[in-house]
Amino acid sequence: MSISKKTKSSSMETFKKVLRFIGRYRFLLIASIVLAAVSVILQLYVPILFGNAIDEIVARNQVHFSKMWQYLWQILILAALSGAASWVMNLINNRMTYRTVQDIRTKAIRHIQVLPLSYLDRHSTGDIISRVIADADTLSDGLLLGFTQLFSGVVTIMGTLVFMFSKNVFITLLIIVLTPLSFFVAKFISSHSFQMFRRQSEARGAQTALIEEMIGNQKVVQAFGYEEKSSARFSRINEELKEASQHAIFYSSLTNPATRFVNNLIYAAVALTGALLIPKGALTVGGLSVMLAYANQYMKPFNDISSVITELQNALACASRIFSLLEEEPESSDASGTLSDVKGNVAIEHVSFRYVPDKPLIEDFNLKAAPGRRIALVGPTGCGKTTFINLLMRFYDVDSGTISVDGKSIRQVSRHALRSSYGMVLQDTWIKSGTVRENIIIGKPEASEEEIIQAAKMSHSWEFIRRLPDGLDTILKEDSLSQGQKQLLCITRVMLCLPPMLILDEATSSIDTRTELMIQKAFDRLMQGRTSFIVAHRLSTIRGADEILVMKDGSIIEQGTHEKLMEKGGFYKTLYNSQFVNTAE
Amino acid sequence: MRRLAVYLKNYKKESILAPFFKFLEVVFDLLVPVVIARMIDVGIAGNNREVIIQNFFILLLMAAAGLTVSITAQFFAAKASTGFAAELRQAVFDHVQSFSFSQLDRLGTDTLITRLTDDINQVQNGLNMGLRLLLRSPFIVLGSMVMAFTVNVRCALIFVVAIPVLFLAVFLIMYLSIPLFRNVQGKLDKVTGLTRENLTGVRVIRAFCREQESVAEFDLHNRELTKLNEFVGKLSALLNPLTYVLINLATVILISRAGIQVHLGNMQQGEVVALYNYMAQMIIELIKLASLIITLNKSAACAGRVADILKITPAMDYPEETAAHTPSACAVAFEHVTFSYPDTGAPSLSDISFSVEKGQTVGIIGGTGSGKTTLVNLIARFYDATEGQVLLDGQNIRNYTQDVLREKIGVVPQKAALFKGTIRENMKWGREDATDEEIWAALSMAQAREIVEKKEGQLDFHLTQNGKNLSGGQRQRLTIARALVKNPEILILDDSASALDFATDAALRKALHALRGNVTTFLVSQRSASIRHAEQILVLDDGLLVGKGTHDQLVDSCETYREIFFSQFPEERTKYTENHKAESFPASKREGNP
Repeated sequence: MSISKKTKSSSMETFKKVLRFIGRYRFLLIASIVLAAVSVILQLYVPILFGNAIDEIVARNQVHFSKMWQYLWQILILAALSGAASWVMNLINNRMTYRTVQDIRTKAIRHIQVLPLSYLDRHSTGDIISRVIADADTLSDGLLLGFTQLFSGVVTIMGTLVFMFSKNVFITLLIIVLTPLSFFVAKFISSHSFQMFRRQSEARGAQTALIEEMIGNQKVVQAFGYEEKSSARFSRINEELKEASQHAIFYSSLTNPATRFVNNLIYAAVALTGALLIPKGALTVGGLSVMLAYANQYMKPFNDISSVITELQNALACASRIFSLLEEEPESSDASGTLSDVKGNVAIEHVSFRYVPDKPLIEDFNLKAAPGRRIALVGPTGCGKTTFINLLMRFYDVDSGTISVDGKSIRQVSRHALRSSYGMVLQDTWIKSGTVRENIIIGKPEASEEEIIQAAKMSHSWEFIRRLPDGLDTILKEDSLSQGQKQLLCITRVMLCLPPMLILDEATSSIDTRTELMIQKAFDRLMQGRTSFIVAHRLSTIRGADEILVMKDGSIIEQGTHEKLMEKGGFYKTLYNSQFVNTAE
Repeated sequence: MRRLAVYLKNYKKESILAPFFKFLEVVFDLLVPVVIARMIDVGIAGNNREVIIQNFFILLLMAAAGLTVSITAQFFAAKASTGFAAELRQAVFDHVQSFSFSQLDRLGTDTLITRLTDDINQVQNGLNMGLRLLLRSPFIVLGSMVMAFTVNVRCALIFVVAIPVLFLAVFLIMYLSIPLFRNVQGKLDKVTGLTRENLTGVRVIRAFCREQESVAEFDLHNRELTKLNEFVGKLSALLNPLTYVLINLATVILISRAGIQVHLGNMQQGEVVALYNYMAQMIIELIKLASLIITLNKSAACAGRVADILKITPAMDYPEETAAHTPSACAVAFEHVTFSYPDTGAPSLSDISFSVEKGQTVGIIGGTGSGKTTLVNLIARFYDATEGQVLLDGQNIRNYTQDVLREKIGVVPQKAALFKGTIRENMKWGREDATDEEIWAALSMAQAREIVEKKEGQLDFHLTQNGKNLSGGQRQRLTIARALVKNPEILILDDSASALDFATDAALRKALHALRGNVTTFLVSQRSASIRHAEQILVLDDGLLVGKGTHDQLVDSCETYREIFFSQFPEERTKYTENHKAESFPASKREGNP
């Protein structure tokens, strides 16, 4: 009980927020409602005029043409007015819905730029996309259209009732009493077909999973000659799905004939009563034809309203998902300090950090990197290497302790100032859709053609770029490049900007060792006198570093140059030697 | 579309009966105004209660009959559409399984999955709706016209004019707006894509301080989408008001004509009501038809996409039987093999020749994109050589049946793919009749015994889809074991130890080495330590075979190999340069010139 009350109040809350959101369109909304009312009332009045016109056509030589034409002209004018009203209403609705969606998306994308990475890392991309795209659509469609539909439905019902009562009270009451019948029938059927739909979606889910597995890994399927077996497995699930869908579709499609049957019964009842009443003078023939038309029409808005209400609930659910994204607390406000002429003196003092409060990760971490030093981080997965980089770039804020660059705490400088003094290449390569050139100049949009080519040559990406169909202007899609080529492109980006400090997080993991070596040479030249941080899996990548930090469980367990660490004979040495085991003996 | 009609063959009866029963329903619907007219003209005008009550019961009977035939129609439509969809799905699934690797590459799995799921569902819905409703509306529209003729020919002529005009209006609007809807979809895809980019690239965007530009680009496309949406909206918003006005215009003309006819004594008042009702019925149906056509249009597009898949003929053909041949000492040989992927310019492998004796271990090394994977894919005939030939056991690889080929060769691909089910089920992919002992033996060899032993239920441990409940290294070892269960003559490991730490990698190589004698092994790797002890090493550089031989030979003779080796073992370079001081040149010179 209390739960339902709670959800009710929270959906009220959401509804209020939505109203505030579409506040700038309130005049459009009011106009839409007025126009809906106008067009509905006119549409309802037209059958009455037709009834009147028919009443003027009594029998041979008893047709009152002038009166009949009077009604017919009225019909034409009203129909035209109603048509115009509903057209304008449609236009207004379109504008309202599309603009609202646009507003939501604009706001969402701006908000995404300032959300803390902790939020974005925790939520799946697909989930956020579906909020920005699908939920926004459902919200605007469901809420705004639903709202006007609901309104015009109510107006239709009320108008129909008024007009019907004006024609004949008894028949109107009859219709009012009988119509709920078709409701119950529809409800009964849908509650029974629900079970079958569930079976259908279960079968469908199982089949989709099988398809994803077998088609997604089709090469393995073929390599192991598993085609026949997978076909047989598919066939079994397919048969199940067929049964389930057939039942679901059949039972749910019963609603339509069943409600129509009830409506036909009502129709017959109206016809009978009307026909019996006419001789008594309580109704005219034209009046009966109007009542029959209304009997059909009266039902429709009820069905519409019930579907609109589900849609509205759905829209509210979407709205609350969107608002929870838009209301998510943004990153802490930015400082205004700047960094100029960065030397690359990075100091990390007593830094502690945890993603989850009760899971310690980095505890009391200390490190001093003098300008121009190459610091390498090694260690098993999950030891905190990538977290360390998150902290350096201030993607996450430290829980305690300080990180400073050239003696300035990074909390005192703006994020842009901090980040633009680092060049960062991550293992997880990111290529935006667009041309090769657009991808390279991300960090330096004003770069000249020569600079771009120069950077590409230094990062050894020029060889493959040159061979692409349109060179630098080739449009890249998700799969146009191999993983290694993507990494080369990401390195080119950094080569182009030449930032004072460098972060390489498994930046060369998909590149062969020979090319990697050449890239490192290029970096060495570029990075002379600049501090760099390198995370790598391959030990050959890091052995030239000035200082190697061996991390385990969030803290540094060994520290020194390659030679020193080998001499020491600790964890690093075991790690390093394991690559020389001779297997031929 | 005709290509898909085949799958309706088994449901011919149902797909004829469904519209037929729907037609009967229409007949009952159309008779209603006639009955009402009789109520008015005979019952009321003649003040005959008996006729009125009689006609009331006729209405009830017709309602009941209408219910029966319409349920029957629904039943047949559901049966035909689901049955059709099931057969179509199976056919597409089987067809995809016959595609060659280059076809799979070209189409992409995402597309194939969408076609098999969403697209076919849409087609099923379309067929179901089509069978039930597509014929209903024309039946009613034409039926109304026919009935109007039986009432009064002169008035009915108005229907003859009104119907085509209405149809024209509806179709014109749809004809203009449907292609625009497709553009809207395209724009929406772009906006979705940009949203995804902003999320997946958030670190890069922030690192390069590109937030403003990202937002600006998004805004541009967002506004374009809105503009297009509003434009299309203007057009489709016209549909209902326009038909409404037209139909009222037609009705007004109808009533005025009817007035004249009644005045002349050719018609009665009740018949005017009947004509009016027919006109009203028509409006409702025309509007329903319009929305139905939009739905059907969508399914037709989906049907077209499904048909496109079925249209593709599998590119690989295999002989019925493996040609007889005398066994050779040579397990695999390449003779001047050149290979290009379809639709690409430069060949991925050029003029490759080598031969491998049975039982040898062959290492394949080379830079990113040098053609290592392509080479081993040709050994398994996942692709066919563009020029030259690949020999297996002395016989052209194209002369083997698919089954024999798959049996001979065990492949461990780069991407470690496992399937939902128990570990045992996954292992049996290699060989259906493998015993538990054989599976355990393979697991031990692949250094995976410990992993499985630690799992609850061991071989009965359930893997989730793609084996996601294992780590990357664990998955790799299981895929290696799966290939070993097969007990193949030729074993190919395509960089399949990349997620293993050095110690495990070494143990694995040691175990594989013990297989020597019966199994020819190909090891693809970027780590020179992994292939250093192979009997034969093939060095690839940009699609060319730049060196073959043992490690020692290659260090002496092959520049590329030396570079790769030294990049991973710098102290070897020092040793090497010291040994070759007399003839050598400074290492630094080479570095600048790749």
